Amino acid sequence: MAVLNEEQTMLRDMAREWVQNEQPITAFRAVRDAGTAEGYDRDAYRTVAEMGWTGVIVPEAHGGSQFGYLSAGLVMEELGRNLVASPLGATTAAAGALALGGSEAQQAAWLPRLAGGEVVGTLAVDEGPHHDPDKVEATAARDGDGYVLNGTKSFVPEGDSAHLFLVLARADGERAFFLVPGDAAAITRARRKMADGRSHAEVRFEGVRLPADAKLGGEALVDPVLDRARSLVAAEMLGMAGQAFETTVDYLKTRVQFGQPIGAFQALQHRAAKMFAEIELMRSAVEAALEAIDAGRSDLAETASLAKAVANETLNLVSREMVQLHGGVGMTDEYDAGLYLKRARVLENQWGSAGFHRDRFAKLNGY
Amino acid sequence: MASAAAIRDDQDLDSFRAEVREWLEANFPASLRGKDNAMATIEGPAQPSADELAWQRAIGEKGWGVPTWPKQYGGGGLGRAEARVLGEEMARIGAHNPIGGMGVMMFGPTLLEYGTEAQKQQHIPPICRGEIRWCQGYSEPNAGSDLAALQCRAEDRGDHFLVNGQKTWTSGGQWADWCFALVRTDTTRKHEGISFLLIDMKSPGVEVKPIRLISGQSPFAETFFTDVQVPKENLVGPLNGGWSIGKRLLQHERSSLSGGSSSTRPRGAEDRSLGELAKHYLGADAEGRVSDGELRAKIARHEMEARAFSLTLRRAALEVRGNQGPSAATSIMKNVGAKVTQDRAELAIEVMGMNGLGWEGEGFSDKELATTRQWLWGKAVSIYGGSTEIQNNIVAKRILGLPDPKPGAA
Repeated sequence: MAVLNEEQTMLRDMAREWVQNEQPITAFRAVRDAGTAEGYDRDAYRTVAEMGWTGVIVPEAHGGSQFGYLSAGLVMEELGRNLVASPLGATTAAAGALALGGSEAQQAAWLPRLAGGEVVGTLAVDEGPHHDPDKVEATAARDGDGYVLNGTKSFVPEGDSAHLFLVLARADGERAFFLVPGDAAAITRARRKMADGRSHAEVRFEGVRLPADAKLGGEALVDPVLDRARSLVAAEMLGMAGQAFETTVDYLKTRVQFGQPIGAFQALQHRAAKMFAEIELMRSAVEAALEAIDAGRSDLAETASLAKAVANETLNLVSREMVQLHGGVGMTDEYDAGLYLKRARVLENQWGSAGFHRDRFAKLNGY
Repeated sequence: MASAAAIRDDQDLDSFRAEVREWLEANFPASLRGKDNAMATIEGPAQPSADELAWQRAIGEKGWGVPTWPKQYGGGGLGRAEARVLGEEMARIGAHNPIGGMGVMMFGPTLLEYGTEAQKQQHIPPICRGEIRWCQGYSEPNAGSDLAALQCRAEDRGDHFLVNGQKTWTSGGQWADWCFALVRTDTTRKHEGISFLLIDMKSPGVEVKPIRLISGQSPFAETFFTDVQVPKENLVGPLNGGWSIGKRLLQHERSSLSGGSSSTRPRGAEDRSLGELAKHYLGADAEGRVSDGELRAKIARHEMEARAFSLTLRRAALEVRGNQGPSAATSIMKNVGAKVTQDRAELAIEVMGMNGLGWEGEGFSDKELATTRQWLWGKAVSIYGGSTEIQNNIVAKRILGLPDPKPGAA
């Protein structure tokens, strides 16, 4: 665990307490089984905002606490532990983009509302089943003193409920994020029901007219925005891996077969010990990425790819082992193992597979 | 140089092949070409069409759904070589075998071995005709890998047994007509206190609750027995002698499960190779190489393992046929088969990305949705029928002769 200051310790403890007391996995199950398109509990999100977690990376001048990404990661980790269905991750990533590249007027218009929890924001990047920001074909064409946006974004997280999109598109010979309010008439959303029971949507932008300042920076901003999103999702995955592991170890201690807890079998002990080691590595990698953002370090790209690749591999292992080590009951919907497994694979795909990030890591290191 | 006897056999097989072709021509409805019922065990029996019913009746009467079972009980009475010819001819025209399920794969062979004449006359013919569905009553909540810890009681009440207790993972329990169960008939001994009992699922006191799986399907159930009366003649083998019969049946289960992927392939599932899928979802370079080099290497590694597995299946079959005795390789089939099946499913969803994680509704093809469910369902393969861990224990103990860590451990 990173060395936390007093504020961060308090924040983490608060988040942990709230998730453990108010957001057991049955809360996620209730959201899943309700089957609404928006896919989260509004009351719970209001509470998240009241506790200030929607503003952790937002500058104080715009209603946030400006604690930074390590702090935001602490909250995401705790939410991840119990699979809390919340648009906090997507909204924080969107706020991060605005805080990095938004004009003073845009920041003043949107950041307080994102920080206040009134507005759900999200990044709309990919156009196919795999994360590939180089392959973006959406275009923002110059039109008078503004732009006209055309394109289709797939599997946009919280795409059904988002009030604000940050859309990656090609414009002026480069890629850039565009600030697009969700109530524009030329936007259509199509829900995508996925295995994780959360909100995802295909979002079409058909001739959306945007002012000139809708363009946030340009090419130079693309990777920093995505690396923030990658680091945040890796933090959520860290919480999932930690809880999936602890639940599994508890089961090894309590499930009795052959007259003893199955955790007495050395073959299973070694698998638990291996997972423990992998999760420790995962924590270091994830915290390093969040700290790199806060410190403004120039090796963020490499560090974020490290974090996401390690997070993917580790959560993949832990979620697979969670099912197998639970045996038959791990296959049932009644137990939680399947919920972690399904959410794990969706997040492994979000913002880049392990292969994508290994390739990027190698490129960044010149081989 | 082929012997005269082998040549004669070949001629006999040729004439048998001709007979099979003629019979299939006359009896297999062309509308069923390429259709199979592989998912019936997972999704439950579908309402059969008129052609499906006719085909089931025809092959059931002929006994060719269970080609090697004795003719006197409704089987085909064929030798291995003839059965292989029948299989080849059916595959050639895309004819599936509608006679299946646990009765064929597990219970039938066991009853033929251990049952009384009356039990065989009663139960085998309806299995041959596909009329009766059997389910397995083995596992209990506290008796999974440690199956011999089972507690479901069958008390001797003179002319009948009185059964009380709970079974779980009753495959197809909600659709089954009969259940073959392991029950406790002596509480003072562990393995030697277990009997093999046949229970009519329509008996008063039998209650079945489907179990919802992570894949959304409910192929299994919890089965509760409350004061269920079972006639004495439904005991198979000696009283308290059920454990060895039950284990023999598990061997049938494991050998039929090691085929893995084909028996759990959902209707409408993806039948393209992983390489073809990867080209579709990820693109390829000018020379046809999958553009994601790492994924390409992973697919090749998997395909090589799958190939080595199928070569091993073939070698084991040849060794048996060559009278070299059962191959040592058979002990690894369940685990390697499970791994190959699960690796393939994980690779399929990895290749498809978010499209491989759809649950239902718009935006996904039927094949994509089937791939998600197949991936989740496949997680059971390394758990059921003796988990991977239990299989490894068996290899370590029985094949390698490694000692136990302490008395009573697996």
